[in-house]
Amino acid sequence: MTTYTSSRSRRPPAHASWDVRPHAAPRKRRRRRLRRQLPYILLAPAVLLEIAIHVVPMLVGVWMSLLELTQFHIQDWSTAPFVGLANYTATLNLSTEAGRALFHSFWLTVLYTTLSVGISWLFGMSAAVFLQRPFRGRALLRTLFLTPYALPVYAAVITWGFLFQRDTGLVNHVLVDQLGLAGGAGGDRPFWLIGENSFLALLTVSVWRTWPFAFLCIMAGLQNVPTDMYEAAAIDGAGFWWRLRSVTLPSLRPINQVLLLVLFLWTFNDFNTPYVLFGRSAPPEADLISIHIYDSSFSTWDFGTGSAMSVALLLFLLLVTAVYLIVTNRRRHHA
Amino acid sequence: MPTRRQFAALAGAALLAGCGYMRTESDGRTITYWASNQGSSLEFDKQTLQPELAKFEQRTGIRVRLEVVPWSDLLNRLLAAATSGKGPDVVNIGNTWSASLQATNALVSFDDAAMTKVGGRDRFVPAALAATGAPGKPPTALPLYSLSYALYYNKQMFADAGVARPPATWEDLVVVGKRLTRDKQWGLAIEGANPSENAHHAFTFSQQYGGEWFDDSGKPTFDTSANVKAIKRYIDLMAVDKIVNPSNAEYAKNESQSDFANRKAAMLLWQAAGSAFRAQGMSPEEYGVAPVPFLAQPPAGSRKVNSMVAGINIAVFRRSQNLDGAMQFVKFMTSDEEQVILNGTYGSLPSVKAAAADPAFQAPEQKVLSEVLNATAAPLPQVPAESQFETLVGSTMKELFAAAANDKPVTEDSVRSRLRAAEQRMRG
Repeated sequence: MTTYTSSRSRRPPAHASWDVRPHAAPRKRRRRRLRRQLPYILLAPAVLLEIAIHVVPMLVGVWMSLLELTQFHIQDWSTAPFVGLANYTATLNLSTEAGRALFHSFWLTVLYTTLSVGISWLFGMSAAVFLQRPFRGRALLRTLFLTPYALPVYAAVITWGFLFQRDTGLVNHVLVDQLGLAGGAGGDRPFWLIGENSFLALLTVSVWRTWPFAFLCIMAGLQNVPTDMYEAAAIDGAGFWWRLRSVTLPSLRPINQVLLLVLFLWTFNDFNTPYVLFGRSAPPEADLISIHIYDSSFSTWDFGTGSAMSVALLLFLLLVTAVYLIVTNRRRHHA
Repeated sequence: MPTRRQFAALAGAALLAGCGYMRTESDGRTITYWASNQGSSLEFDKQTLQPELAKFEQRTGIRVRLEVVPWSDLLNRLLAAATSGKGPDVVNIGNTWSASLQATNALVSFDDAAMTKVGGRDRFVPAALAATGAPGKPPTALPLYSLSYALYYNKQMFADAGVARPPATWEDLVVVGKRLTRDKQWGLAIEGANPSENAHHAFTFSQQYGGEWFDDSGKPTFDTSANVKAIKRYIDLMAVDKIVNPSNAEYAKNESQSDFANRKAAMLLWQAAGSAFRAQGMSPEEYGVAPVPFLAQPPAGSRKVNSMVAGINIAVFRRSQNLDGAMQFVKFMTSDEEQVILNGTYGSLPSVKAAAADPAFQAPEQKVLSEVLNATAAPLPQVPAESQFETLVGSTMKELFAAAANDKPVTEDSVRSRLRAAEQRMRG
């Protein structure tokens, strides 16, 4: 990273600052001080808001996680007993039911995130590559692909909820009634919103919502790949896959690096999709960590435990992010 | 940022309240009232309540700012208000939350002095007053609308199947249900994915099997054999008796009500469903109302209970800037006159004795509901952990229905182990 002003290069030679006019010195010094402070002054509102909106609630969350903050104390937090790390030992303890449920939810979320990000990236990448060359109807397709990203989350997921209903949903209508794919002769239609399929339903909605963003980013990235590189590759006799491997993917590396990280964090923390799709209690097969933490705090009125889970999750995500950035940056330096 | 959403949810209850709901001016002339959603829509409720609030303003000079809060948001909003001390002056609460909210100490308790202000204890229907907080403590809220469960049945379908009268025992209900289940029609509709609805039935069945969900000290006793049998009896209506459409396992948005109103199911267990049926085009002549069945051979310890004391209570926030105005408003809402008007509109029962005698509540549906409420209804456990019970046991039953719907066996052992797991998730 480079800083905004490299003051050294702009500073005049030392002897020039000692002007013959004696009153010029303070003005110049003032101007120099202002120039040095300007970035901080401009950044100050953003920093203050960042502290107020992100950092303070996080610190409050950390503090809450050290308290036994149940319904008996929520009105006056100062009465909540300080329990140290007891909330952490209780929730992260695999020998208790609560601990097992949390770890189940954690691994489920890891699986969900991996699959959702992987599939979304693959879809986005494929669509962007195939829409790279101009053809009739390209603009229309691009717009169409971006629709899920433009729709309001709630309206879209509620609609998916209707589609997935067992008796009246469109999914079963197509799969069972028209294609005859699922369900036996006895009219056994599959459930999508409860039981094992609920994970699949959740994943479908998540990919549907996420991939347009991947598509958008990769499409933007592809605009910056010089066409002469493709021409050079074509002259060398490179086919589609060869060009993809040696021109497209390396050129997109900086984009992909950020894109995958952002998608990972968004998907891991996704609350809206499961909450709107499943309502108050998600089936155990689709009990994502964000829903699990919400349930553990709001349904049971135990905000200390919920905060402890949140802080543990925050630490995990920070760790993943740090490792990811270190590894990818090192690779880039080596490259 | 990473866990922004969680933190917004967890730490943010106070912030939310701080940003979103500014405190009312404390000029003594205004109060804020959060009403629960009682009618077919939030708009319907606003139109029902607004003329009454205008009447109140005319009489007292106190203006009431009304907000009708959907049930899905009400408890979280109340928690945020309790946490921040900012919010409404008067609120409606589900009466099953009374003891839980009482424990937060955010609501005014109606001790003798406060009770006198609203006309005294004796004005209220005793059953309704039993669901206003922990036993032995002054009520934390007053009953506003009272309800109980009843068995609704489709008269035409019963006649077509040659069934003369509604079943009075569960055994009967199964026999009748099997006769009514044919083609695309099912014997009974159930709201299987709604934790609260499930928990209400868990309570009633448990009472009939002689069980309790909490002991006297308020500790959970989920996995007793009476509770296991009770839950299994309810799930078996779908799993074994097959009189419930497996699809009901995913119902959580009142789809079972629609199924009954649209003649897809012949029976439904619900609280004061008449106005909802009317909204869906089913007239009162088409259905009959009977008390919820009992067991034919009740085991030892069984209680003659076939409904929870359902209903809505009205409460005052302790940190209200206009406590006097708030109490006047509670007095107004629980007055005989308003009780007749509001309960008459919503199809619920008055919670004061004088209004209960009004002819408006002598329709067949209200008569049954009232008999049940006064004779065979019991309040859900009035303990601080009650809302945890509803969530945990209700969700466990949702999972059991999901298993039954997917043709997986539901045994006493599987019920017991799930109830045990739910109990272990309660915080001691």
